[in-house]
Amino acid sequence: MSSSSVEYHKKELPSKVRTIGTALFAAGLIIVALGYVTDPVRSAYNNIVGLTFLISVGVGSLFLLALEYVAGAVWSTPFRRVTEFLAANIYLIPLIAIPLLLNVNTVFHWTHPDPADKTMINKAPYLNVTFFIVRVVAFWLLWLGFYYFISKNSVKQDASRDQSLSKLNIKLSTIFIPIFAITISFAAIDWLMSLSPKWFSTIFGVYYFSGTVLAALAAGTIFIVLLNEKGYFVKGLSSDHYYSLGALLFAFTNFWAYIAFSQYLLIWYANLPEETIWFIARWQGSWKFISVGLVFVHFVIPYFGLLSQPSKMNPKRLLTMSAWILFAHYYDLYWMTMPNFGKDGVVLGWMELGFPLLIAGLIMLVFNFKAKSQNLVPIGDPKLKRGIDFRL
Amino acid sequence: MSGKILYSYTGIFDTPDQIIHAAEKAVEEGYTKYDVNTPYPVHGMDEAMKLKPSKLGYVALIFGLSGTLSALLTIWWMSAINYPIVIGGKPLFSFPAYVPIMFEVTVLSAAIMTVVAMLFFFFKLPNNSHPLHGTVYMKKVSADKYGISIQADDPKFSESSVRKFLESVHAAEIIPIYWDEEEINHQNKIFEPKFIVFLAAVALITSGVTYFSFNKLMYMVPFNWMMDQPKLSAQQSSPIFTDGFGMRQPVAGTVARGYMPYQFKGQSDIAGAKLINPIPVSKESLALGKTKFDIYCSPCHGYNADGASRLRGQFPNPPSLHSDKVRTWTDGRIFAVITEGQNIMPSYSSQLSVDERWAVINYIRALQRALNAKESDVQ
Ligand code: HEC
Repeated sequence: MSSSSVEYHKKELPSKVRTIGTALFAAGLIIVALGYVTDPVRSAYNNIVGLTFLISVGVGSLFLLALEYVAGAVWSTPFRRVTEFLAANIYLIPLIAIPLLLNVNTVFHWTHPDPADKTMINKAPYLNVTFFIVRVVAFWLLWLGFYYFISKNSVKQDASRDQSLSKLNIKLSTIFIPIFAITISFAAIDWLMSLSPKWFSTIFGVYYFSGTVLAALAAGTIFIVLLNEKGYFVKGLSSDHYYSLGALLFAFTNFWAYIAFSQYLLIWYANLPEETIWFIARWQGSWKFISVGLVFVHFVIPYFGLLSQPSKMNPKRLLTMSAWILFAHYYDLYWMTMPNFGKDGVVLGWMELGFPLLIAGLIMLVFNFKAKSQNLVPIGDPKLKRGIDFRL
Repeated sequence: MSGKILYSYTGIFDTPDQIIHAAEKAVEEGYTKYDVNTPYPVHGMDEAMKLKPSKLGYVALIFGLSGTLSALLTIWWMSAINYPIVIGGKPLFSFPAYVPIMFEVTVLSAAIMTVVAMLFFFFKLPNNSHPLHGTVYMKKVSADKYGISIQADDPKFSESSVRKFLESVHAAEIIPIYWDEEEINHQNKIFEPKFIVFLAAVALITSGVTYFSFNKLMYMVPFNWMMDQPKLSAQQSSPIFTDGFGMRQPVAGTVARGYMPYQFKGQSDIAGAKLINPIPVSKESLALGKTKFDIYCSPCHGYNADGASRLRGQFPNPPSLHSDKVRTWTDGRIFAVITEGQNIMPSYSSQLSVDERWAVINYIRALQRALNAKESDVQ
């Protein structure tokens, strides 16, 4: 029964992970740099999309990690390291946030409120540069702190096989989850909602949260399926593991749609000018098509793509749908952010490619880096054996 | 046991591994009509038996989608075609408002039809009997044993070969199962009278209990906040005012909108001299006058104003309005009679507005002219 019965031989990731990661990162970096030279304002908006995407994958993964500990889930233990490695992207948040903080005045109009505008003056105690930076730093430190200790304990367990480390992590995770709920909501308000500082939606935090979990799950699933198909996990995962991942992706796709529609329906029904303004901006000119497209990209396609039972078990389908969902989350963030810049219609060009490439490269490099120094399987975890034998 | 019809051969095993092995072998042997019975779901049995995924999901899909569609059509027809009401300034066809309903109906019809299909199609209810029921075999496999049952109607079935097969997979016990007499002769059908009576009884009892509990046991007055208001209705008394009346008189000198007070009370002659008919004779005014005259005056004065009315004899005879007196009266003088009444003729000021009174007068003039036409009228 003990975890020592699991035999694990570490396999190195192929070198192409690093090569592709570096290539993507370099290409992204060049485009971003050129973008900032050509059009700093537009690049800053793109920067927000990139940053919130990175937060989604990193902090969302940390949430999934905490969830496994709190729920006592065994099925996800064999590939928990993937989630841990993805959560390590939290380290890189400042890298993407700093250019944005330098441009804080160009994207966030609340930084320079019109003294005659009473609404903005009333919002100033929350929306001001100092407090904004305090929040950004505080949230990042909280995320980083929890990531640091949870992952440290998890790695320590590989050698020591000390069960009390699991208990410690359960405690940390229990504290983290409410903190996550609050910080992710406020991060959504700070980075995304405050782009239109007069607009408000009480469900906005939940809306971003639904996308966050979806992105973290999708990114994780891509790595899990790829690694498992190449035999990186002990004994391999069964189709029941795949099914569970697919079912979670499917569930959160529906959850996202539910929240997105709730937000839309209430605003549409009440028809108050201070609320509808946000959707009207996304119905301007060609943004219409992006808005309608969102329904299909983020809901209809993944919904039917993952609806049937076999599609959740098929590694190829799971892989394509995960990649698609990851794209859909980026699309969603783009849809939330960019209409604040291009008020008349869609802005899409080479500049918009920079951050996706950069961040895809970063995620791969971080994963590669972590996979070098750590085991791909938490071999010391007491739940591992049961996790490998997991059947629905 | 002779003379009975064989249903199946069953084998009983002690461990889950054995039963999985037996199921795998049964597939290899080519048996198609067999089933495995275990006290709990045994992992890996689906693969061992090479079972295909259940078709139940398609029922959910088809009925779910038809729920979506019928909800859409229903609400569209109701709110945009049959009973179009503008709500909140939204278009008659407001798709976002339909979505929650479409969603609910989708879930509802998928759920209900999945259960119904499962029970009546896949489980073949109301036929609730099976040859395996009440057998020793069933008793064992629902406690701590694992069993396989190979049916006699399997094309590969023969008593000796099946017995040999069960021995080859090391069945601890091999038991043949026979059809019950009763089960063979007695086909449970949906239209079985007993079943119909049972259904009717269930329907009757459930609706009776529901009716009783909702209408008698826990009956509550529906919300009545709008009925019971601390306000006074017309004609109610009120302790607030010294005179005890709930209804108040308007402030002295108040004039209602569109109302001109009558200035010649009790002075019909002065009214006759001073009031001038402001309504010119026209098709419309005559038509209005005729309508009003026929309603309010004709019962006493007759349709032709000649006094020949259906009242004749039961009321002091109303005079003809064709008398020289009335013909020579000014319009204002007749107006005074309509407004104030005359002796036993009551006032019509509350039934007829000022303009309507003048219209009636115009009509009376036309009637008078008809009986006493001038030479010039003929031309
Ligand atoms: C309830 C029956 C009744 C109705 C209805 C009625 N009247 Fe009269 N009307 C009488 C009676 C009775 C007299 C005679 C009163 C009297 O003794 O001076 C009279 C008198 C009159 C006179 C005066 C005639 C005269 O010779 O002194 C006029 C004009 C007149 N009515 C017009 C009307 C008009 C116009 C209407 C319809 C708005 C009307 N009446 C409705 C009963 C009625």
